[in-house]
Amino acid sequence: MTDTTATEAQAKPRRRLSFHVIGPLLALVALIVLGASLNSNFLGYGNVTNVLARSAFIGIIAVGMTFVITAGGIDLSVGSMAAFVAGVMILAMNALIPSLGIGVPLVLAGMAVALVTGLLAGSLNGFLVAKVGIEPFIVTLGSMGIYRSLTTWLADGGTLSLDFAARTFYRPVYYDGLFGVAWPIIVFALVAILGEFAMRKAPFGRHCAALGANEQVARYSAVRVDRVRMTTYALLGALVGLATIMYVPRLGSASGSTGVLWELEAIAAVIIGGTVLKGGFGRVWGTVIGVLILSLIDNILNLASIVSPYLNGAIQGVIVIVAVVLQREGKSAD
Amino acid sequence: MTPVLDARGITRSFGPIEVLHGVDFSLRPGEVHALIGENGAGKSTMMKILGGYLAPTRGELLVDGAPVRFADQRDAEAAGILMIHQEFNLALQLTVEENIFLGREKRRGLLLDIRAMRREARALLDRLNCPVDPATRVRDLSVPNRQMVEVARALGRNARVLIMDEPTAVLTGRETDILLRQIERLKAQGTAILYTSHKLDEIARIADRVTVLRDGTHITTRPATGFSEHAMAEAMVGRELSDLFPPKPVPGEEVVLEVENLAVPGHVRGASFRLRRGEVLGFAGLVGAGRTELMEAVVGLRPSTGTVRVNGAALRPGSIRAAREAGLVYLTEDRKEKGLLLGKSLTDNLTLLALDRFGRLSIDADAEDRALTQAIADFDIRVNDREMVAGSLSGGNQQKLLLAKTMLAEPQIVIIDEPTRGIDIGTKQQIYGFIATLAKQGKSVIVVSSELPEVIGLSARVVVMGRGHIAGELTGPEITEEAILRRAMGVGERSGEVA
Repeated sequence: MTDTTATEAQAKPRRRLSFHVIGPLLALVALIVLGASLNSNFLGYGNVTNVLARSAFIGIIAVGMTFVITAGGIDLSVGSMAAFVAGVMILAMNALIPSLGIGVPLVLAGMAVALVTGLLAGSLNGFLVAKVGIEPFIVTLGSMGIYRSLTTWLADGGTLSLDFAARTFYRPVYYDGLFGVAWPIIVFALVAILGEFAMRKAPFGRHCAALGANEQVARYSAVRVDRVRMTTYALLGALVGLATIMYVPRLGSASGSTGVLWELEAIAAVIIGGTVLKGGFGRVWGTVIGVLILSLIDNILNLASIVSPYLNGAIQGVIVIVAVVLQREGKSAD
Repeated sequence: MTPVLDARGITRSFGPIEVLHGVDFSLRPGEVHALIGENGAGKSTMMKILGGYLAPTRGELLVDGAPVRFADQRDAEAAGILMIHQEFNLALQLTVEENIFLGREKRRGLLLDIRAMRREARALLDRLNCPVDPATRVRDLSVPNRQMVEVARALGRNARVLIMDEPTAVLTGRETDILLRQIERLKAQGTAILYTSHKLDEIARIADRVTVLRDGTHITTRPATGFSEHAMAEAMVGRELSDLFPPKPVPGEEVVLEVENLAVPGHVRGASFRLRRGEVLGFAGLVGAGRTELMEAVVGLRPSTGTVRVNGAALRPGSIRAAREAGLVYLTEDRKEKGLLLGKSLTDNLTLLALDRFGRLSIDADAEDRALTQAIADFDIRVNDREMVAGSLSGGNQQKLLLAKTMLAEPQIVIIDEPTRGIDIGTKQQIYGFIATLAKQGKSVIVVSSELPEVIGLSARVVVMGRGHIAGELTGPEITEEAILRRAMGVGERSGEVA
């Protein structure tokens, strides 16, 4: 099977791939047009800020998830990890109030705790996958249960609340911003830009794709396979920490039901964006579009009263399946 | 005798490109008709047309003298024509019997008639003299036995014509022998066989007739008797092949690589050898002698004990990166599974090993593009389109790309495992040229090969391995097939084979 046949047959369809590339973008534009035609407030400052700020949590996590999936992995634990990080962060901040008082040092300390907890939690996943060699699905299914249960335990079955004064001081991190752009949106944009750069231009992104495409080839090409794989999970953990930093000031509390199903939303966004679920190819900008598509559907259903918002999950499910079908057609044309 | 399958004036185009130009090919009952040609000559396309996988653009197919038109391979199968692919079409988790009857299971009412299927599977395997138990899972079978199961499956579908696409590419010498004997047996039973292989000695041994294709054109169809291997090679390449091997370079004195007492648990024990600057060192041995394992251990791909010194400095064990930084690289024998990312672009493949040379933080896309241009020119890689994926290159061009990728790391020492596996003779000659040039430039090369003529033709010194240890070393005129084999098998041993 090494003759010209394969060569000739595969040389052409490059151009057709472009639909595969712009598909998610077209879907996003269509949703924006639909939203604007249904409700005049849709493109207003308030609504746009609301949609983007809410997208930021899932978005930041989904950027990290893009690397994990591209490298041939999966992480089901991010939702419960977020709850766990939020719980630890709140407990730490409450405990530090006597020594640090209410102020910037307290908030910075809380942020550091969140980032470190996320990094450690992600690294644990990465260690079990890369060094111990357990299937990522199994590892993260297990840690999903562990982090969720630890959160419920820390909260003693109820809710962990940030001290009222600290919450008031911390609130602006979610609600304020720079030049009218909310902080979560700014952070999300930065993470997305850095992620896109790392995926497209940096050796790390190339190594992730090589690893996801064929681990053996990567190993024989002197790619430090274990280290790259470990890094993708650690990076995702740190990004979960970052997302939690943005999330805690919104509600000021965490419970066993915080972040439920976030992992599925993040994975769905990655897949809608055109990253291949079995690894080997990923694109961060696609993930960003995937996140926006999911949030816009939710938003439009809430604004327009044509379809019940209760059907949000169903519509998102259909979109994910359609995206994968389109992806497959793009591939069979190859 | 009416041919059981007759193709006349077959032409096939893909888009605007015509890849077969009016090829004739016929198969008589009970004959082995070999179809040979370089990679890209159109053999695969021709086989797919005969097997019903592709329709000809022009030309006609006749079965038993009557014109037919195959809509797909199932039509061809109904006419008794079956193709056995190089990559087998077997469900690894199912048993032999389940595979043989896959898609046409015997039933008794609603249930499967397992006893009847087992009986018939046994009968089919017996016809092939194959001792495999029908209840074994295919994943537990050796490669040649899997091939036998494929053949049994074809026979179970009443195959009168078998199309075999390089069936021996993955077999060892002994396994090849077994397969060739089975083919003789099938032939005696009246099955017509289309056979392709890059190994011309096999063709000479088994074929009744030989058809040569070159660039999609039918060159000749001749009886195999009196058609020498050399003449076949020249017909395939279309020019005289006087010097397959370039002159052997003269090595310098300086030792660049010193391996001492290297052991790989379960594979190699106490291996020591030296490599000098500008030398081409051959590594010969039987399959399973531990050559690949030794070389993988030398570059740090396998855990091992012992020392490896490059230019006198001991190499950190177990790190392929340390080896690369010391200028030592290894080119795998398995280019599809370990060498290239088949679904990725040429550039992604080319620069993967030496990616840090293209920027630590940000990869310089222009430099990568220039590197591809350079590689295409230096290694004569034939690409249709610079954006194509590596998997759509022909085998020979994949090997050249792999060579280019390895050389991009600017190594001083290159270990090449099976440099020309599955590659046509024209490309082989080019690769031999590259190897000699590397040595002339002062680099040192180790060639591991199961093809004795290759080891003998390229190297001035040959290390022979047998059963996990170094069994001998030959230099200059001592290097003969006989001397190598004697050492590889060990004195007084009769079994064993070279593949």
